[in-house]
Amino acid sequence: MSTIAHLIKSFTLWEFVKAHALTFKYFWKPKATINYPFEKNPLSPRFRGEHALRRYPNGEERCIACKLCEAVCPAQAITIEAEPRDDGSRRTTRYDIDMTKCIYCGFCQEACPVDAVVEGPNFEFATETREELLYDKAKLLANGDKWERAIAANLAADAPYR
Amino acid sequence: MPKVTVDGVELDVPQGATVLQACEMAGKEIPRFCYHERLSIAGNCRMCLVEVAPGPPKPQASCALPTAEGQVIKTDSPMVKKAREGVMEFLLINHPLDCPICDQGGECDLQDQSVAYGRGATRYDENKRAVTEKYMGPIVKTVMTRCIQCTRCVRFAEEVAGVEDVGAIYRGENMQITSYLERAVGSELSGNIVDLCPVGALTSKPYAFEARPWELTKTLGIDMMDAVGTNVRIDARGRQVLRVLPRVNDDVNEEWANDKTRHHVDGLTRRRLDQPYVRVNGALQPASWAEAFAAIKAVNAGSSVAAIAGDLADCETMFAAKTLVNALGGSLLEGRQTGLDYDVTSLSAVNFNTGIAEAENADVILLVGTNLRWEAPLINTRVRKAVWKKGAKVFAIGPEADLTYKADWLGDDASLVSKLPAHVTDALKGAERPMLVFGGGALSVPGVHGAGLALAKSVNAIKDGWNGYNVVHFSAARMGSLMLGYGLPGGIKDVVVAKPKLAFFLGADEVDFAALPDTFKVYVGHHGDKGAHAADVILPAAAWTEKDFTTVNTEGRVQRSEKAVFAPGDAREDWSIFRALADALGVTLGFDSFDACRAAMIAAVPALGVEGIADYGWTVPKLPAKPEARAIPSPIKDFYLTNAICRASPTMQRCSQELIHGADFAEAAE
Repeated sequence: MSTIAHLIKSFTLWEFVKAHALTFKYFWKPKATINYPFEKNPLSPRFRGEHALRRYPNGEERCIACKLCEAVCPAQAITIEAEPRDDGSRRTTRYDIDMTKCIYCGFCQEACPVDAVVEGPNFEFATETREELLYDKAKLLANGDKWERAIAANLAADAPYR
Repeated sequence: MPKVTVDGVELDVPQGATVLQACEMAGKEIPRFCYHERLSIAGNCRMCLVEVAPGPPKPQASCALPTAEGQVIKTDSPMVKKAREGVMEFLLINHPLDCPICDQGGECDLQDQSVAYGRGATRYDENKRAVTEKYMGPIVKTVMTRCIQCTRCVRFAEEVAGVEDVGAIYRGENMQITSYLERAVGSELSGNIVDLCPVGALTSKPYAFEARPWELTKTLGIDMMDAVGTNVRIDARGRQVLRVLPRVNDDVNEEWANDKTRHHVDGLTRRRLDQPYVRVNGALQPASWAEAFAAIKAVNAGSSVAAIAGDLADCETMFAAKTLVNALGGSLLEGRQTGLDYDVTSLSAVNFNTGIAEAENADVILLVGTNLRWEAPLINTRVRKAVWKKGAKVFAIGPEADLTYKADWLGDDASLVSKLPAHVTDALKGAERPMLVFGGGALSVPGVHGAGLALAKSVNAIKDGWNGYNVVHFSAARMGSLMLGYGLPGGIKDVVVAKPKLAFFLGADEVDFAALPDTFKVYVGHHGDKGAHAADVILPAAAWTEKDFTTVNTEGRVQRSEKAVFAPGDAREDWSIFRALADALGVTLGFDSFDACRAAMIAAVPALGVEGIADYGWTVPKLPAKPEARAIPSPIKDFYLTNAICRASPTMQRCSQELIHGADFAEAAE
């Protein structure tokens, strides 16, 4: 019996017809893909993208060189050196993140006691050379300045759940 | 021997032990802040509370409670847990929560113990107390708001360092630890209060914010700043040594280290020789190793070769240099750079025979020509302990100095050694354990050495189980160099007279280079200091943190130190320099590796192969015993700037300016 059914399906190209019917059905449905980069998907406030070092509203950098992020980083992507600044406060002289090592786990922002290092919403930081992915303090602070509004909004949105 | 029960375990404790010590013997951890085994008991932090029966039905401070027969001690009862939580909560009331910016973070007693014994969360939301900063000098940084008033620093300054510069003012919550009059703490041991501080109130100023304890690789080392041979831990990150901390060794340094030991390390990255230099037309020019070796070969010195060891030279370096000099046919070896020429035929006659740890048991002490506080600060603390705890009497001959204890100064005339006042000889003769200590200054006066040995005999200082004859050196290389035969009968004058064509200076900076005008000088060292300026060829070598080595301290204790970091640039370990140079000069040394070098050294001097006190026996050379009648000079002019590393260190320079020359930095700090 099954041999006969199989024979009929073969002769009528039944699989072929079925596939085309499916294609035809989806042809009239709304599209699931978006027109990136002109359109973008929504991101969670907890999205862990490119790192940034934030500042206080008065312009003072937040990072106090406690080195907890360096200690917690499982990929050992962070390198910090510190010394007293002229006013005696504890500041970094070097804050490097090797973005090629980073695994975007977000432990650094969890460890930070002053919300200085954060993983912002930016994920579009592909570069042409490897060297460009070795971020230094100036680059991270510039990222912070550039993304501060989005980062602050994300932190505020996530605050009730912490 | 009272019998006590700790958490159900019965044990015998020594008479007079405290409850805290009994608990430790039973293997129970008792949290504490103010209690420290080397300081007196204060009992003011209340963290060590335990439940003791019989006694009042409340927790008792175990550090200050003596054990008694039949006591039942509980360290894990609900009452104890509650008491600890309560005390911790009180301590944290005024302690700022600034751990992220505190240098103590990661090695903080308060941090660790609040995790282990505290409540999970705070109930306190009132204002916290704030305390103004105090100035404590170039070594100690203060953040007094963090202070929990354990008074360890006050007790250390008073009991061990012997300076009354640190104290507490006001009462209760308003109590503040301060250096009186806001002066720098005038002690060469002030760095120890940083280690003692259980919180971050006193931290190290030169090391401020530099690193976290978890980033550092720790290496066991032996300090080369003085001849005590302080056991240290070298903390390095990457290729840089960031700090040096003392290790516990009850026979040598207990758990202290002097400020020079701790803070000379920033000199290790400055003024370093990181490539060979050759003098061309009167000026030193950078060169390659091959060019430097060729320049040495061109001297064609034959057997007219000498080696002069500096204060920081280690045994392997001196052995390698000696092997090279001997292979070339020379025999001029000297380690006493500044011209000392005391007799070295008997090592026991130039050794600290009593032993550093035993020095605190002496009952009458005669110091001759030695400022112990500068020449060997950690022997000075032992003598102070003898005076302070056991009531020893101290007489002293030589330039007067503040030794932190009462000494009867007899004058600075060297001839006093052979004609001591009657009350001094009587005291020494009547003593059970008399101790005579001769410093480098004393030995520089002809006749004092012989007179000292005669005095030791006449006052019966050498008896069964006690040798009271001591020489205290201030050069870490000294005993090792003497064991390796770096000692000519006439001292360095013999080298000058012999006019060698070629001389190796193993980090020797204090030599009178002008006396050797026709000698081709090869400086094998690590810092661009006086020796490098005078040199014709500079071969860059490793500093003490950058090589494995053996060293012998002033009591003849053989100790080994390990390599913490690599030498900078083209600098090489010393033994390999001599090995390569031997090839260039066409001789063989008989070793191709560090281990072989060490093995050859041990074969030559077996005592250097055994860590611990080397046995020199007791032999008295026949020496002239009529000291010249002249003032004993002081060999150390500036405690903080005694060698090339210190002179390159900004911290040591500042200590010298402030603590020796009286410059005032207190206002600049505010």
